[in-house]
Amino acid sequence: MTTIAPVAFRRTVELTIDGRAVTAREGATVLEACRAAGVEIPTLCYLETLTPVNVCRVCVVEVEGGRALVPACSRPVAAGMVVRTDSDRVRTSRRMVLELLASSVDLSTAAGDVHRWIGEYGARPERHGPSAPAAPTRPHAGHHAEPEVGSAATVVQPVKRDNNLYVRDYAKCILCYKCVEACGEDAQNTFAIAVAGRGFDAHISTELDVALPESACVYCGNCIGVCPTGALMFVTEHDLRATGDWDEDRQAVTRTVCPYCGVGCNLEVHVQDDRIVKVTSPLDHDVTSGNLCVKGRFGFAYVEASG
Amino acid sequence: MDLRTTGAPPDARERQAVDSVLGPPESGWAGGERTPGDGRAAAGGLARARRRRQVLLPALHALQDRVGWISLPALGYLCQRLDLAPAEAYGVASAYALFSFEPGPPVVVHVCDDVACRAACGGDPAAVLAARVGPAGSGATLTWQPSPCLGHCEHGSAALVLETGEPGARMTLAPFAAGDIERIRSLGGSLGGALDPDVLPAPRAIVPQAAGEGLRILRRVGRIDPASIDAYRAAGGYEALRRALQLGPAGVIGELKESKLLGRGGAAFPTGTKWEAVARNPARPHYFVANADESEPGTFKDRVLIDHDPYAVVEALTVAGLTTGAEQGFVYVRGEYPLAVARLEHAAAEARSRGLLGEDVMGSGLRFDLEVRRGAGAYIAGEETALFNSIEGRRPEPRNKPPYPVDRGLFDKPTGVNNVETLLSVLEVLTVGGGAYARLGTPESTGTRLFCLSGRVVRPGLYELEMGTTLRALLTMGGGVAGGRPLRAVLLGGAAGSFVGPDELDLPLSFEGVRAAGATLGSGVVVVLDDTVDVADIVRRVARFFRDESCGQCVPCRVGTQRQEEALGRLAAGRPLGSLDAELALLSDLDAVMRDASICGLGQTASSLVASALRRGLLSPAHGGPGAGPVADGRSAI
Repeated sequence: MTTIAPVAFRRTVELTIDGRAVTAREGATVLEACRAAGVEIPTLCYLETLTPVNVCRVCVVEVEGGRALVPACSRPVAAGMVVRTDSDRVRTSRRMVLELLASSVDLSTAAGDVHRWIGEYGARPERHGPSAPAAPTRPHAGHHAEPEVGSAATVVQPVKRDNNLYVRDYAKCILCYKCVEACGEDAQNTFAIAVAGRGFDAHISTELDVALPESACVYCGNCIGVCPTGALMFVTEHDLRATGDWDEDRQAVTRTVCPYCGVGCNLEVHVQDDRIVKVTSPLDHDVTSGNLCVKGRFGFAYVEASG
Repeated sequence: MDLRTTGAPPDARERQAVDSVLGPPESGWAGGERTPGDGRAAAGGLARARRRRQVLLPALHALQDRVGWISLPALGYLCQRLDLAPAEAYGVASAYALFSFEPGPPVVVHVCDDVACRAACGGDPAAVLAARVGPAGSGATLTWQPSPCLGHCEHGSAALVLETGEPGARMTLAPFAAGDIERIRSLGGSLGGALDPDVLPAPRAIVPQAAGEGLRILRRVGRIDPASIDAYRAAGGYEALRRALQLGPAGVIGELKESKLLGRGGAAFPTGTKWEAVARNPARPHYFVANADESEPGTFKDRVLIDHDPYAVVEALTVAGLTTGAEQGFVYVRGEYPLAVARLEHAAAEARSRGLLGEDVMGSGLRFDLEVRRGAGAYIAGEETALFNSIEGRRPEPRNKPPYPVDRGLFDKPTGVNNVETLLSVLEVLTVGGGAYARLGTPESTGTRLFCLSGRVVRPGLYELEMGTTLRALLTMGGGVAGGRPLRAVLLGGAAGSFVGPDELDLPLSFEGVRAAGATLGSGVVVVLDDTVDVADIVRRVARFFRDESCGQCVPCRVGTQRQEEALGRLAAGRPLGSLDAELALLSDLDAVMRDASICGLGQTASSLVASALRRGLLSPAHGGPGAGPVADGRSAI
């Protein structure tokens, strides 16, 4: 018997990106159309495996006829749409988004692209003034203290180290919502963390900020997997960085299959100096989409056990 | 998901508070007594959890009202009842100003220190109060704290008094004086009967215009008993609903289109077009929401309408529901309006008992009912999609648009949403007919509009004027600037509005008239600022307001409102970073990114008033600004 492979009749739409005629799949986002056309759009809160929340606004583009700029990550393409990704308005907004983040968040362990964009767009975080010291308490919604004249408030707060597996350093948090999504409906359905508070004081929190072991956290570490700035980090990586010993050039990354159960999750085992320092999972793997459970992500101590 | 709470039991008061909203627990799974049957039955499922989640805000209110704060065990019990993760519930609760997470004194007095009260009292009311009764946040049995606009601007001062307990008390004192704190303190609790909020003010104190002067949607305000449905009907009430039932949905929409009524909430969208889009949407069910989350500083019109003409809101929402095919309506009232909530609930109950809400509205065979929801102190919840999230028990964060509410609104279903003033204008359209309504006002801005006149003016209050009336005419009706002093500027439209100078008083108050002048009618705010008012202080208060009220979702608004407030603080202190030009460039960049790249209207307008003040040179010392330092280099107008 002969089987005939089904042919997908996909509708397409024609649009213009930076003056070039482009064809995109109907329902695709402007971001997908731009990437297919080889146009780089910076993104921070976007990840292929998560529902777009379009909150960082670094991916904004200008769509002709629209009043405000639109987020490329979530706006679907439309026939005849005229998109500009490099206009003055777009560049100003991207520069300012990067500048506002860099002036308020510790981006020292953020992905390399972020630092490249800060340079390319000419963001100058220093013009908002030197960083203000940490506030003694987080303000209640609707009631913040008057800012100290001459310094720039930041999201600095003490590092949270309340378990043996991972460290939460929210001074590095850009509030991209990815960890909340991964903990919730987009992956783990545990809902141990959420965005709490509001405005500049909004932050990622468990209920009333209880320690992770008191919370619903199951230590799958999928939040670490999606964190773009290193705010969430393996204890091993955090400690090696603290002593200055973290060195990605000395690390080997080996892709393998998780030995625990039969699902077949793929692991990327990061090894430095004959020691496993981190486990990640490839985003493009059709079984895991970057997600793991506590065993796959953290259960590797036996490898180094002697006897 | 596996729900996990800390497991610590709530105390009796907390349990009663939650059960007062949700009823007693159905099983051991929901925090009740364990029964043998619990082991053999499973209750749950995502659909059930989603249905229950919308009760989150009312249940949080019950805890706050009765217990005074939301503890971890109370939150855990509530979440167990709702099948909701405690972290999510905390994320929601902590986004609102009126919920506390630590015990406090039983009486909290929220004192307005916002723009209209500042202008009226010629300084910072909070500073005056602190000097008199001690700093905010102190006190074992009573404390006070500054509050954003409480919507009683015509009185020039206001305080919201919240007493914890069962029954507890929630009431507004306007006008409010420092002595009231001492009076409340001397009462020593049980404020309910002691401070009667139900006293009817004289009609002319609220609506200074006489009834003969063209009052349409204000004609009943202060003139009928707001608690009597018979008085409402005797004054022409429910004639519009009768007319709507005669016309049918297509007829009502036809009248609205002919009337050219534009929404009064700020966006000026054609009401007939919106209703038609909801009515035609094939998805079911439909919802209709009255947006009464009036929080724009300087705005008090919806509060006046609800307090004094609540049946009109119920009737108008009924018309909206029947026209757009919605059987369920919501009125979302801001949490700082306790009287409005009480009056609306009373009016809805009366209407229900007379067959004007419920299974068979006015004998038409059609079903419509409404629910009154209380906000909890969040300006952003007035943004329509944030309002949907708030009703649904989610964080009051605006959604990305499209999709628009007419396609996917409340509970992701087609939803109509209108401001209270718009809804009451619909009643007027049905009363006089679309064609006659369209002849009022200007060709582009038809009908009448409410203006909230406050600040340094002889007769502050709510005015109803035909669209296109000049600002000068409004100020003249209001008796002009108090004390005959020179006018410095008018704050038009609200915190998201702009300043109008004394040379522009012939500005026609219509959508197109103010647009041509680069201004906005916003929510009808007109705060009069004379030469004694420190305009720079007003601008900084607005910057503080946006910093406090940003939901924090998107970077431009979350960090931009913080940086804007910091920059204005540096200018006020005469300590610019780098040069004055550098500071102005920075403010201009902040304006650009917030206007262009924010998700919602709050962020997109959070710099409007600052930019307007800078354009008009209102931050210079010649205008009372303390910025003597930065402008001492000969640039009197920055």
